[in-house]
This record gives sequence, C-alpha cells and structure tokens, in this order.
Amino acid sequence: MQQSATPDSVNAVPRGVSLWQDAWSRLCKNRLAMFGLLFLALIMLLCLLAPWLTPYSYEEQNLRLGAQTPSFSHLLGTDTFGRDMLTRILYGGRLSLAVGFIATAVALVIGVAWGAVAGYLGGRVDALMMRLVDILYALPFMIFIVLLMVVFGRNLLLLFLAIGAVEWLTMARIVRGQIQSLRQQEYVEAAHSLGLGTAAIIWRHLIPNALGPVIVYTTLTIPNVMLLEAFLSFLGLGVQPPASSWGLLISSGVETMEEYPWLLIFPGMALTLTLFALNFLGDGLRDALDPRTSKD
Amino acid sequence: MWRFIALRTLQAIPVILAVITITFFLVRMAPGGPFSSEKAVSEQVQAALEARYRLDQPLLQQYLSYLGDIAQGDFGPTFRYPGRNVEEMIFQGLPITAELGLYALLIATVFGVLTGVIASLRPNTVQDYVPMSFAMIGICMPSFLLGPLLVLVFGIWLQWLPVSGWGSLPGDKILPSITLGAMYAAYIARLSRSGMLEVLSQDYMRTARAKGLPAHIVILKHGLRGGLLPVVSFLGPAFAGLLSGSFVVETIFQIPGLGRFYVQAAFNRDYTMILGTTVFLSVLIVLFNLLSDIVAAWLNPRLRHQYNANGNNSK
Repeated sequence: MQQSATPDSVNAVPRGVSLWQDAWSRLCKNRLAMFGLLFLALIMLLCLLAPWLTPYSYEEQNLRLGAQTPSFSHLLGTDTFGRDMLTRILYGGRLSLAVGFIATAVALVIGVAWGAVAGYLGGRVDALMMRLVDILYALPFMIFIVLLMVVFGRNLLLLFLAIGAVEWLTMARIVRGQIQSLRQQEYVEAAHSLGLGTAAIIWRHLIPNALGPVIVYTTLTIPNVMLLEAFLSFLGLGVQPPASSWGLLISSGVETMEEYPWLLIFPGMALTLTLFALNFLGDGLRDALDPRTSKD
Repeated sequence: MWRFIALRTLQAIPVILAVITITFFLVRMAPGGPFSSEKAVSEQVQAALEARYRLDQPLLQQYLSYLGDIAQGDFGPTFRYPGRNVEEMIFQGLPITAELGLYALLIATVFGVLTGVIASLRPNTVQDYVPMSFAMIGICMPSFLLGPLLVLVFGIWLQWLPVSGWGSLPGDKILPSITLGAMYAAYIARLSRSGMLEVLSQDYMRTARAKGLPAHIVILKHGLRGGLLPVVSFLGPAFAGLLSGSFVVETIFQIPGLGRFYVQAAFNRDYTMILGTTVFLSVLIVLFNLLSDIVAAWLNPRLRHQYNANGNNSK
C-alpha cells in the first residue's frame, strides 16, 4: 500500500473534522462508554508502569510467605508461592493486553487491505478474493489454533499471528461492503479523473471514509482476542509459566480455589472488568460513529 | 431453494478436503512426534509401528491412503491406547458431549430468546436494562471463569450440587450445562433483542396491530419469525463455539467426553488421536454451518436471492 497520506491529513479536511467531532461529542454523552474508556486507560497505564509501581517481582518465589490473604503490604494477597498477586495481575495484564492489541492489529492490517482491494477492484478479482474468505470462514479455527500450539510448541509470536489470522475475515467483509458502496460516489470519480492511481484512491479516499465501522469492529475484536488467549492459556496451550497472563492466573487460581478463593477471584475480576470496558466502549463507538446501525 | 442447497453443499466439499489436508500435513510436521520417538524401541517394534502407519511409503501415498481410510470411517489406531481405534474413542465420547451440548443449547436458546424478547418490548427502560446487563456479564465472563465460580459457590460453599462427573450423581449435569450455555444465552439475548427491535418498527407490525389482533399474537406470530432470523444464523457458529467450549467445560468438570479426549490428546501428543478428532470435529462443524445456512435461507428468501446473485457474478 502506498504511504502517501496518513489519516491525520484526512482529518484536516473541514467536513471530516466536524464528523469526528460530532462522533466524539456523542461518545462523551454515553456514560457507559466513557466509563469503559477511563477504566481501560487506567488499567493500561497501571500495567505499563507495573515495574515502577510495585516493589515485588512477578516470578521470584517466597515459599516461607505462602498464600496470604489481602493485606496492606500485599493489597491482593499472595499466591501459593508467596508472589504478590497484584504484581502478577499487572504483569499478566501486560501480556493479555499485548496479545489483544497486537493480534487485533494483525487482523486489522490484513482485513482492511484485503477488503479494500476486493471491494474497489470488484468483478472477478472480488469474487475470487471473497470466495476465499468464505472458505476460510468455514474452517474451524479454534481447533486449528489448538493444533498449531501442539505442533509448533507454545510460541507467543505464533499465538499472535494465529489469532490475528483468524480475526481478519470479518474485517475484510466489513471493509469490502463499505468500499463497494463508497466506490460509486462522485468524489471517487473526481479523484479518478484527476489521474489518481488505484492505490492512492483506496488509501487516501476510500479507507478513511470506511474508518467508522472499522474502528467499531476493532474495538469489539480486542475482547474476543483476549478471550481466545485466556482460553488457550487456561488449557495450558498458550502462555507458559513463569510468565503470566490473566488466563494463566485464572487457571492456577482454579487449582487452589477451595483454600484460596481470592487467587481465582482477583484475576477473574481483572479479565472480566477489562472485557466489560472494551465491550461498552465498542457499543458506544458504534452508536457514535454509525448512527444508522445503532441499537435503538 | 434447491439451487441454493446444491451450491452451498458443493462449497462445503473443498472446505472439508482442506481441513483434512492441512491437519494431516501439520501433524506430520510436528517435531518430536511418535514417528520419531526418542524412546529406544526394538527394531521389530519400530518396523511393526511403521508398517501399521504405512510409514514406509512416501508421504503423498500415506496421505492418499489416509483419505481412503477415513472415507470408510476408519481413523486408524490411537498412539497412547494400544489396541484401541480413534473412532472407538470418538464414539465413546461423542454421546456425552452431544448431550452436554444439547442441554447447553437449550438453556442458551430458551433463556436467550426470552430475555431478548422481554427486553425488546420496552426498550430503554428498566425492563430492558436489567436483562441486558445480565447478558453483558454473560459475554464478558468466559466459561473457564464462570465454571469454577459456580463450582465454588454451589458445589463447595453451599454444597447443593456435585462439583464434577457426568451422570453418576443426581444433579451433576446442571452446572456443566449452565457453564457451557451461559455465554450463548447472552449472545442470543442480544441478537434477538436487536432483531425484534428492528421488526417491531416495521409497517406490517403496525398493520397487524391495526387489524385488531391481540398484542401477544402480533408479537408471537408476526414478530418472532422475522426477529429471530439473526438467532438462526447464529446457531451454526454457536455450534462450533459449543464444541470448543466443551474442551474447557469437560476439563473443569472432569467429564469423559470428546472435548476432554481432545485436550488430553493434545497434551499427550497422541498424534493419530489429534488428527482423527480434528478431522471429525471439523467435518461436524462444517456440516452444521451448512445446515444453519439452509434453515436461515428457508426462513428468509432474501438470503437465497442474494446468494444466487453472488453466484452469478462469479461466473
């Protein structure tokens, strides 16, 4: 794809600014979405700054300490190896969030490029490209990811790529639909008659205008991806100890939940609340950016 | 309609072939597999193993004969349980997983549709917000968290229900079914709410009411048929989700079903078992997607025409 323009330069067009500002003001009025945004910002900041925020190490064991109930020195208690739970959750969050964002970014890049090209070129190329998407759609990917993790070992990079490779399909469909309807607009014809190339038209005119649904879907993909990672880690096929992710923490919390229920409940809350926030934000963005398909 | 079914079925065949091919070669690529066992076995045993898995033939030959075998329902012997065939294991676990999946699907559909329809009748009131908040919790609470929490509360603290097993103690099927069905109940609730909202604002609904039909008939007869279409289309993907969900639920509750076999095979690196189960589950999912597409098209003629139009475009 040609790197001729960034979305920022699109925002400079007067009408574009008013559109985004309009959406932003609508989003600000949605209390649940704003709560989601604030919560996400907070948890991301905490996870990012974890090494500076907590005096404990996430992997150093202190067997003499053992599992402690929450106290002032260990706000969320310690696990059976005497590791500070808050520290483990923050470090686990780094991994879970990283998987969520990176795999979604992979899906975003592939999906937008694929959908845009198919939608703009149309005809036989489009039919071929989308038929491939149809076929991939029908593949049971969940099972394939488990298989991949078994065959190639529990490799984090592979996990990112595999999850990203699953999630791009819907993105491609959404973008293609958008581009197809945008392609017939006058301004695209104008750009064409001014001698702009295909790549430039797609990149500078079509993608920015299809951005609304893409942003919405991206926000809703992140929680799905995080769930997938947690699912695999729970089964022991994802992130491996001593590294931690929320799915892994939940998995080890389950083993000792009878004696130490907080080891299950706190990581569970971290995952659930983050997913809540992402879903609320996604719903809010949909209402703000795409009033036609809003819920009511 | 027949044209739609034929086209859609034809499309499922390459998918199934692709699944088998990818799985076969992926498993063969696996490092440290049973075919390159580190354990020192006598030459005789090794030779017997190789003959049994046709390892002396070229890979392509192996692949083709594997295709022929599974076409006849022969998935070959398992690696970890000598003397037992993969299809034996599959058919031992399948009824249990099917029963679990059926209960989960029932819970999901009944509660989901009920919640969604109730919420859609008075949008943006308490009657909408309360059930939809529960649906949101259902979506954000993965089964591997919900299951243990239910066990903790109802099994360990309250001691109302057994914490594991399937069919051996009274009531031991309740918690696994709820755990597996909850997330789909939540999805279905959201789908049927938005589907109903769209239908309720249509002109024909106003006509039905203007005819003087009582409200419950209008909603049940005219509303549900259109409003629940998204739910029908969702059932195909939901089936795939239920299967992979059963991996987790059967592991948590120690249920000897197909999902647990699969996870165990993955851990034990029982490659023939993984290969067989993957192929079996995948074909099942593809077929179920096909079925749900056909039902959706039968309910909604527009889908059929759209599909035919697309088919014509592709030439």
